[in-house]
Amino acid sequence: MGDYPSRSANANAGGSGVTARHARPAGTGVSPSSYEEPPFGGGGGALPRKSRFSMESGFRGLSVAAGAMVLVIIVAIAVFLISKAAPALSDDTVNFLTATEWFPNETPPRFGVAALAFGTLLTSVIALLVAVPIALAIALFLSHYAPKRLATPLSFVIDLLAAVPSVVFGLWGRDLLQEPVRDFSVWLNKYFSWIPLFGGDGPFGQSILLGGVVLAIMVLPIVTSLSREVFQQTPGMNEEAALALGATKWEMIRTAVLPYGKPGVIAAVMLGLGRALGETIALAMTLGITFNISFNLIETGGNSIAANIANSFGEANETGRGALIASGLLLFAITLVVNMAARAIIYRRREFRDSTA
Amino acid sequence: MSILDRELPGVVMTPDNIRTRRLPPAVNVGVALAALVVSAAVVLGTGVGNWVLVVVVAVVLYLVGMNVTASRIEGRRAARNRMWQALIYSACVLAVLPLASVVWTLLSEGVGRLDGDFFGTSMNNIGARDPNGGAYHAIVGTLEQVGIATLMAVPLGVLGAIYLVEYGRGRFALTVRFFVDVMTGIPSIVAGLFVLAFWVLIVSPWFNDGQPRFSGFAASLALTVLMLPTIVRSTEEMLRLVPGPLREGAYALGVPQWKTILRIVLPTALPGIVTGIMLSVARAAGETAPVLLVAGGAAAINFDPFAGNQSSLALFVYQQAGDASKYAPARAWTAALTLVTIVLVLTIAAKLLARRNSLSR
Amino acid sequence: MKLQRSGYLAGIALTATLALAACGSDNNTPAGGSGASAAAGNCVSGSLTAQGSTAQKNAMDEWIKTYQAQCSGAKVDYQPTGSGAGIQAFIAGTADFAGSDSALKEEDQPKADAKCAGGKAVNLPMVVGPIAVVFNVDGVDALQLDASTIAKIFAGKITKWNDPAIAGQNSGAKLPDAAIETVHRSDESGTTDNFTKYLSKTAEADWTFSNAKAWKAPGGTGAKGSDGVSAKVKGTKGTIGYVEMSFADNNGLKKAKIKNGAGEYTELTGESAGKTIAGAEIKGTGNDLKMSIDYATKEAGAYPIVLVTYEITCDKGSAKAKEIQAFLKYTSSTGGQAALADLGYAALPDAVRSKVETAVAAIS
Repeated sequence: MGDYPSRSANANAGGSGVTARHARPAGTGVSPSSYEEPPFGGGGGALPRKSRFSMESGFRGLSVAAGAMVLVIIVAIAVFLISKAAPALSDDTVNFLTATEWFPNETPPRFGVAALAFGTLLTSVIALLVAVPIALAIALFLSHYAPKRLATPLSFVIDLLAAVPSVVFGLWGRDLLQEPVRDFSVWLNKYFSWIPLFGGDGPFGQSILLGGVVLAIMVLPIVTSLSREVFQQTPGMNEEAALALGATKWEMIRTAVLPYGKPGVIAAVMLGLGRALGETIALAMTLGITFNISFNLIETGGNSIAANIANSFGEANETGRGALIASGLLLFAITLVVNMAARAIIYRRREFRDSTA
Repeated sequence: MSILDRELPGVVMTPDNIRTRRLPPAVNVGVALAALVVSAAVVLGTGVGNWVLVVVVAVVLYLVGMNVTASRIEGRRAARNRMWQALIYSACVLAVLPLASVVWTLLSEGVGRLDGDFFGTSMNNIGARDPNGGAYHAIVGTLEQVGIATLMAVPLGVLGAIYLVEYGRGRFALTVRFFVDVMTGIPSIVAGLFVLAFWVLIVSPWFNDGQPRFSGFAASLALTVLMLPTIVRSTEEMLRLVPGPLREGAYALGVPQWKTILRIVLPTALPGIVTGIMLSVARAAGETAPVLLVAGGAAAINFDPFAGNQSSLALFVYQQAGDASKYAPARAWTAALTLVTIVLVLTIAAKLLARRNSLSR
Repeated sequence: MKLQRSGYLAGIALTATLALAACGSDNNTPAGGSGASAAAGNCVSGSLTAQGSTAQKNAMDEWIKTYQAQCSGAKVDYQPTGSGAGIQAFIAGTADFAGSDSALKEEDQPKADAKCAGGKAVNLPMVVGPIAVVFNVDGVDALQLDASTIAKIFAGKITKWNDPAIAGQNSGAKLPDAAIETVHRSDESGTTDNFTKYLSKTAEADWTFSNAKAWKAPGGTGAKGSDGVSAKVKGTKGTIGYVEMSFADNNGLKKAKIKNGAGEYTELTGESAGKTIAGAEIKGTGNDLKMSIDYATKEAGAYPIVLVTYEITCDKGSAKAKEIQAFLKYTSSTGGQAALADLGYAALPDAVRSKVETAVAAIS
């Protein structure tokens, strides 16, 4: 019977939403709302007449309204952000998208997000470059290499890493990780300063590198858990076929698991990107806060849209607040696009898989 | 994955370039030691780096050495297999290090102020030279804000999930489900900005003679926006796992749909729903950015979430981390330890509950 | 069965919350109570919120502590959000009075006056905070700098600690060949305003960025609030920054000696700062006491970089006039000002202080 929905592969109830069921409401076919008069009137007693405004329609209306609330909230976010950002944007005397300075509280106000957007993207790219290979390796380890007794506690521990609040990571990164990163930066600068990324002779420490590494640690659990699920769902037939043909374990993974999981991994990486783009407090505490566009990773400096909002919010006047809301609107738009693309990939993948299963 | 793990003595494995000899473990250890020695000699001898570089170079040398020796003895493909396996194992070790460091630092720095004073007093009247002061006001703030947010998000989320599972059909339901997923990715600062723009700047002046007012309730609104998608998703998954025949039995007995949902489906799925709620509460308790923007951050105790500034535990950590007094770091770490303990207890309890949930096993 | 267990858990949570609500108190007895006492009978019950300068945060904390300890019905909350934010909050009505390191600007005056029914917004100087130039260099305990060198360092023209300009003034010191990391305020700040005003008045050739609440010079690291700057300088070697003296003292930061207009390198103390203030003139009219400081003072033994924090409030027509008056009466009394000496501030010179007292008495 097609009515038994498939069980999820592991007890991750309430966790990620990658493996949601196929879009068919359970229990369709017969429901009281489509009930009609029986062919023989009467029968075993009078049946209740279906009235127009009953508990049933009230409850149904309530749940439709709740579902619609989600859309309302997203639209409301966009509307209110735009309404508060527009006056500040019209007051801005320089181009919002290309200027790098941030003086919205002066007269005349001059502010632009070029440096902030650049910093947001650069830190996220570094975080992904550091986190994704390690996350994929851990996911492969958990799904294919580790014995069951090790895999379950280890994946539990990785999920706990996802639960640690970002302010704790910011505190840890600023107080503990700064010295090692500074020593590393000094070493990089000594031997590799011919690469512009590691050049300069300024002070090192609270740099984009530090922010990127802390961000990588925060993005790691998301990418790991989603990739692990994807790898675990590789059809056993494909894996055993590869092994039967004489492949080593790595060759099996390379030919059966990775290609099958590629869309899922891409979606996981994009979700990690979405989280990295929006991360506020960890970056506010570990970046050096300068407003310029520079590819130098190790010098003190760097800023991101979210970190700037957290730092500048306290003393912003009305135009300043509007400017911050405008930058937040840009961030919202970027993360919305990234998340929509990631979810679209997941959905298409799931339909493909379910239709061939 | 099973064939290669079973060692059948005397059975010749496939030909080509997987030869029959296996690498003896002694060679493995030998190559590792040799790599370590060479790396130490080179790195420390030339003074190019410190022990960290020694370890990194040793790992690289080990991989290269293993590749070479294994391809001589076992064949190139087997050697490559070994190398990738070693790479994957070392990546796992790398990932555990930061978590261990965070936990260790929390415990070692956080026990400094684990006293009754910390949990019983607030930061009211504490100057830069006062060593006392505590987080009571922050704990109260977190409990109230998260509590109100849960009261708002749970009915909304559960009803939304009921819609998606029981009543939703067609494109509207698909759109709603899609955007619920998208909503999980909204940055917390954007949710804070939204509540700032909507509630604090536009709505709260209606109740406050035209002056915008920060409040704990505004923070609760932002936390609701953040908790909602998680609750909807996890409730939806749990409701889908309820067996169809259970519902149909109820319909067959004449129970209306709404009653079936409330009395039969929801109770069956309840442990899973509670799991989802606990996970989203854990997330909300740790959010700093929305509280920073709309709750004002007070130093004194404020039991009223609808009027006056309130602080929260996460915000307390952030503020103490930026405070230059020499007593502030101890407070920040102890508060961080408290926060992480609360969040981890909730998360672990949620996962244990999920494990025991008969629906999803 | 499962419902039972959830109910059990909920019951535990509720009990724990109620127990938590029962304990815990706000009344932190001041550790080592300060000697100054508010005059008996000067108490007005009620609550005040104020925002503004971070430079006077330590002074405010101390005053609020003593005032609240003696006036049980009074509650004052001061948020150190920065001078710019304080003024904005006063104009927006979210703060009853503002603390600002610079007097109200001309464009803000009418907006602030609008908050005072029938009166004007006035600047009352309350806290004299000298600005220390703090540094953290390995192996260097004392540093002497003149205005032109400081300007070049913060403008990014001098980049190494062993630059001849610095070494020339510090013959005994072993300056390392390391890069200088300058730390400035990333938020809008009256401390920045006063520091840059000092630089533009005394080192015009080297400091071309004039003065403003926001830091305009390129380079350097930004830190939020006086707390942030102190923490950064304290925690990072090779840094130099500017903070108000109480933050430097609270964190044990080393302060540089600055060359004043008379050509001598003066150390920063309460008295040396007080000498510069004594020579300042009051520019405001009536009860508005805004002051203009002579940074190039030729007074012997005077430390030139000082700032005065004003409390900006309505002279007439504020809704909280009585509470504000009671609080400011305490802070401007001799006892209140004396309490600041331990905290790294200088007391207002008596001539100025009595004028402030008169202005406070006129608040209605």
